[in-house]
Amino acid sequence: MQQLTTTLLTGLTLGAVFSAFALALVMIWRSTRIVNFAQAPMAMVTTYVALVLIDAGASYWVGFVAALLSGFVLGAVIERVVVRHVEGKAELNAVILTLGLFIVLHAAAALVFGSRFRSFPAPFGVRGLTVGDSTIPLTGFGIFTLVSVLVVMGLLVALFRGTDIGLRMRAAAFGPEVARLLGVKVGRMLTLGWALASVVGSLSGLLIAGGGLVHPGYMDSVVVYGFVAAVLGGLESPGGAVVGGLSLGLTLSVVSGYVGSEVVPLAALLVLVVVLLVRPGGLFSTVHERRV
Amino acid sequence: MLDVRDLTTTYGAVRALDGVTFTAPQGRITAVLGANGAGKTTLLRTLSGLVPAASGSARLGDTDLLTTPAEEMTRAGLAHVPEGRGVIAQLTVEENLRLGALGARGGGRKADLDRVTDLFPVLGERRHQVAHTLSGGERQMLVIARALLADPAILLLDEPSLGLAPRIVTQIFDLLRGLVDDDGLTVVLVEQNARSALSISDVGLVLDLGKVVVHDDAAVLVDDATLRHAYLGF
Amino acid sequence: MAERTLALPDRLRRVTDDTLGRHLLAGLVGAVVVVLLLSFLGGFRVSQLASFSYLAIAAAGLTVLTGLNGQLSLGHGAFMAIGAYTTAVLQRTELGLPLVVVLVAAVLVAGAVGVVVGLAAARLHGPYIAGATLALAIAVPGLAIFWRDLLGGEQGLTVPLPDVPAWFADAVFFLTATDPSSSRYVAYLAGLALVAVLVLLANVARSRTGRRWQAVRDDEVAAQLAGIDLGRARVLAFVVSAACAGLAGGFMAFVVRLTAPSGFTLTLSLTLLTAIVLGGLGSLTGALIGAGLLTFLPQVVTSVGGDVGLSDVQSAELAPLVYGLVMVLVILLAPGGLVGTIRLKRAERAARRAAAAGATASTGAPTSADERTRAASGTGATTGPEDPQHDAPPSTERKRSS
Ligand SMILES: Nc1ncnc2c1ncn2[C@@H]1O[C@H](COP(=O)(O)OP(=O)(O)OP(=O)(O)O)[C@@H](O)[C@H]1O
Ligand SMILES: [Mg+2]
Repeated sequence: MQQLTTTLLTGLTLGAVFSAFALALVMIWRSTRIVNFAQAPMAMVTTYVALVLIDAGASYWVGFVAALLSGFVLGAVIERVVVRHVEGKAELNAVILTLGLFIVLHAAAALVFGSRFRSFPAPFGVRGLTVGDSTIPLTGFGIFTLVSVLVVMGLLVALFRGTDIGLRMRAAAFGPEVARLLGVKVGRMLTLGWALASVVGSLSGLLIAGGGLVHPGYMDSVVVYGFVAAVLGGLESPGGAVVGGLSLGLTLSVVSGYVGSEVVPLAALLVLVVVLLVRPGGLFSTVHERRV
Repeated sequence: MLDVRDLTTTYGAVRALDGVTFTAPQGRITAVLGANGAGKTTLLRTLSGLVPAASGSARLGDTDLLTTPAEEMTRAGLAHVPEGRGVIAQLTVEENLRLGALGARGGGRKADLDRVTDLFPVLGERRHQVAHTLSGGERQMLVIARALLADPAILLLDEPSLGLAPRIVTQIFDLLRGLVDDDGLTVVLVEQNARSALSISDVGLVLDLGKVVVHDDAAVLVDDATLRHAYLGF
Repeated sequence: MAERTLALPDRLRRVTDDTLGRHLLAGLVGAVVVVLLLSFLGGFRVSQLASFSYLAIAAAGLTVLTGLNGQLSLGHGAFMAIGAYTTAVLQRTELGLPLVVVLVAAVLVAGAVGVVVGLAAARLHGPYIAGATLALAIAVPGLAIFWRDLLGGEQGLTVPLPDVPAWFADAVFFLTATDPSSSRYVAYLAGLALVAVLVLLANVARSRTGRRWQAVRDDEVAAQLAGIDLGRARVLAFVVSAACAGLAGGFMAFVVRLTAPSGFTLTLSLTLLTAIVLGGLGSLTGALIGAGLLTFLPQVVTSVGGDVGLSDVQSAELAPLVYGLVMVLVILLAPGGLVGTIRLKRAERAARRAAAAGATASTGAPTSADERTRAASGTGATTGPEDPQHDAPPSTERKRSS
C-alpha cells in the first residue's frame, strides 16, 4: 500500500514535469510544424545559467527567474536566427536542424560548464512530509512542482484565451497567411511562441534538476518522454499534452517501481508505438487522421 | 481610389500579370473577370503584398501598396478576403471577428462587432461556435464581416461566390452593393460568375493571360455580345 | 563480328557503362586500396581505419534509409548496440565460432529487430518516426542493465579478440614479411566488409527495389498508384539499413573490445546522422566522406583546441561542436550536403555550357534544371547513390499526408 502511494505520487509529480515539457513541444508544433528536439538541451543550458548564479551565491529564486528569462531569450533567438529558414520547408530538414542544434548546445554546454555531474539545489525539502506520526510520500519539492506546473498552465490558458496577443498568436499558428492579411505580424508571433515554449521547457528542466544532479545530457531522456506525452495527447492539443504527461508519468512510475528503472525508456517506447499504431491521432482524438 | 500602373508579377518564368493598368474608383465596385489562370488572384495578392511585384506601381490614395508589407495593409485601409474562404477554422466565430477588429485603423471597437452581427444575424447566433463547423455560406459571411471590422477603405474579394447556392450569392452581392452605396466603400470583386458580378458592379475589367483586355463600364460589358462570348462565356 | 575488333579502351568503357560492372570495378579497386593501406600502415592508423570502416558501414546503411527512402532514424545507435552485444555474447561463449559466423549472427539479429521497428515505422511519418527511433536509441542500452547477468550491466562485456586464421597470417606475411595482429585482422575484415556493403547498396539503389524506395520517398500517393506496396518498401529499406548497423556494431565490438551501454548513447545515433548529413543525404560517397570526417576530424580539432589553451576535456567537446554547427549550416545553406552541392555546381556549369552551345540548350537545360531543383530542395530530394543521371521519378517538394 505504502509503495503504491509512493509510486503514484512520484508518478504524478514526474507526470507534471512531462506535461510541461510536452506542452512546450506542442506549442512549437502547432505554430511551426516542427518537433523541437533541441528543447531538451535548451532547457539544460538555462538550468546551468541558474546553477552558475546559485553557485556564485545568488538565491535559488534569482537563479530560477534568470533561467526562465534566459529560456525566453534563447527560444526567441533560435527561432529568429536559425529555425526561421526551415519553416514551411521539407519536414526532414527541420528535424535534422533541431538535432544539429541539439548537438551544438550539448557540446557548447560541456565546453562552458564542464561535463561532470553537479548537484542542483531544491528550494523545498525533498523528504516526505510528516503529518502526525506518519510520513506521507509527498515532498515539499513535489508540491512545488505540481503547483508551478499548474500555475504556468493557468497563465498560458489565460494568455491564449483571454488576451489579444494570445489571439494573434493562435491566428498566426493556424492561418499564417490570413493572419497577415488581418494585420498580425506573424513572424513576431512565431518568435514569441518559441520564446514562451522555451520558458515552459526551462521550467521543466529546473523541476527535473531540483534536488538532483545536472550534466549536459540530463534532459535527453526527458525529450523522449515529453514527446511521447505530446503524441499521447495528439501533438496538437495543449490539454492533451497535460493529460498525456500525467498518464505517462504514472505509467512509467509503476514500471519503474515494479519492474525496474532500466526498462522505463523501453516502456515509453512501447507506449508510443502502441498509441501511434492504434490511435495515430492521440488518445483523445475524435476525428480520424486525414489522408491525402 | 486605387491606381494601378503597368503592374507585372512573375512566378519564375511565368508572367502571371503583364503590365496591368487600371483605376478602381472610390465608392464603386470594380469586377475583375477572366478565365482560370488569367491572373485575377495574382492581382489581388500582389496588391495586398502577399506576392512581390516585379515592376509597376499600385497606389491607394497616398499609400504606395507595393512597399507596404501585407501585415500593414489593414492599417493602410485595405482588406483582402482571400480565395477559398479564409476563416481560421480552429478559432470561434467571435475570435475570428475580434481578429478582424484588432487590425482596424483606429483599433477595434465593441460597437463595430455589434454592427456586423446586425448585418449578419446568423454570426451573432453562432458566435461561440468553432469556425470549422460553419456552413459554406456562413463562412463566407464570416470572412466578409471580419474584413469589414477592419474598417477598410477598399475591400478586395476573391471569388466570394465559390461553391455557394445562387440565393446566398445574391444575398451577399446585395449586401456588398448596400455597403458601397451607403458607406462609400470601394470594392474590387474577383469573380468567375461574370453575369451576377457585373449585375452589381459599376466597372468591369477582363484579364487574359495576365493582360487587361477590356476595361469599361459594367453595363457596356453586359451589352457587348462579342465580348461576352469571347471572354465571359455567357 | 565488329565486337571482336573493339579496342581495349572501348571494352573497358563498356564495362564502365554497365552499372553493375562499374560498381564491381570500383569495389575491386576499393578492396585493393584497403589491403594496401592496411598492410603498410602503423597500428594506430590501422585501428583508426577500422573505426572508419564500421562508422561508414553504419552511415551507408542509414543513407539508404534516410536519403533513398525518406525515413529518418535516430535509433541506428540502438541497432549497432544490438549487433555489438550479439557479437560480444557469442564471442564470449566457449563455442569458438568463426568470426564470420559471429558477424552474420549480429547482422541477422539486428535485421530481425529491424523488421519489428520497421513495421512500426512504416506506418509513421517524419517527426513521428524521428521521435519513435529516438526513444529506441534511449531504450535499448537500458536492456543491457536490465539483463545484467547476460549482458554485463553498466560495466559491459569485454570482447575477446578473434584468432588470426593461418591462411590470413600467411598471406599477410607474404605481403609484408610481418605477422599480423588480430586487430589488424579485424581491420582487414572491416575494410573489406565496407567495400562489399558499398557495392551491394549501390546495386540495390540502382535496382528496381531502390527505385521503388525512392518513389515512395518522393510521392507516396503516386507510388501507391503505380502499384508499389508502401509498407513493404519501407520495411525492407529499414531492415537493410538495420542489418548494416548490426554489422557495424559487430565490428565496433571487436575494435573497441568492450561493449557497454555508455558506448551506445544518443550521441552515437546522432553522430551517424551527422555523417550522412555532412556528406549529403542519399549519396553513398557522401556517407563515406561523412564517416571520414567523423573519424579524422576530432584529432585535428582537439589538437587545435589544445593549441588555443583549452583543457583536454574541453577540447574533446570541440569536435561535436564543430559537427553540430556544420550540420546546422549544411541544412541552412546547402541542404544537399557536400555531394549534393558539388552536383549542383556541376549541373549549373553544365547548364551554362549548354546555354552557350545555343542550339543544344533546349535539350540540355531541362535535365540540368531538374537536377538543380533536386539538389537544391535538399534532403527530400537528393539524387541516387553514385549516379547523377539516375532515372527516379522527378521529385517535387514532398507532400505527405499529416
Ligand atoms: N505560386 C505560384 N507559382 C507559380 N505559378 C503560379 C503560382 N500562383 C499562380 N501561378 C500561375 O499564375 C497564373 C495566374 O494564376 P492566378 O491564380 O492568378 O489565376 P486566377 O485568374 O486567379 O485563376 P482562377 O480563376 O482559376 O482562380 C496561372 O498560370 C498560375 O498557374
Ligand atoms: Mg483565382
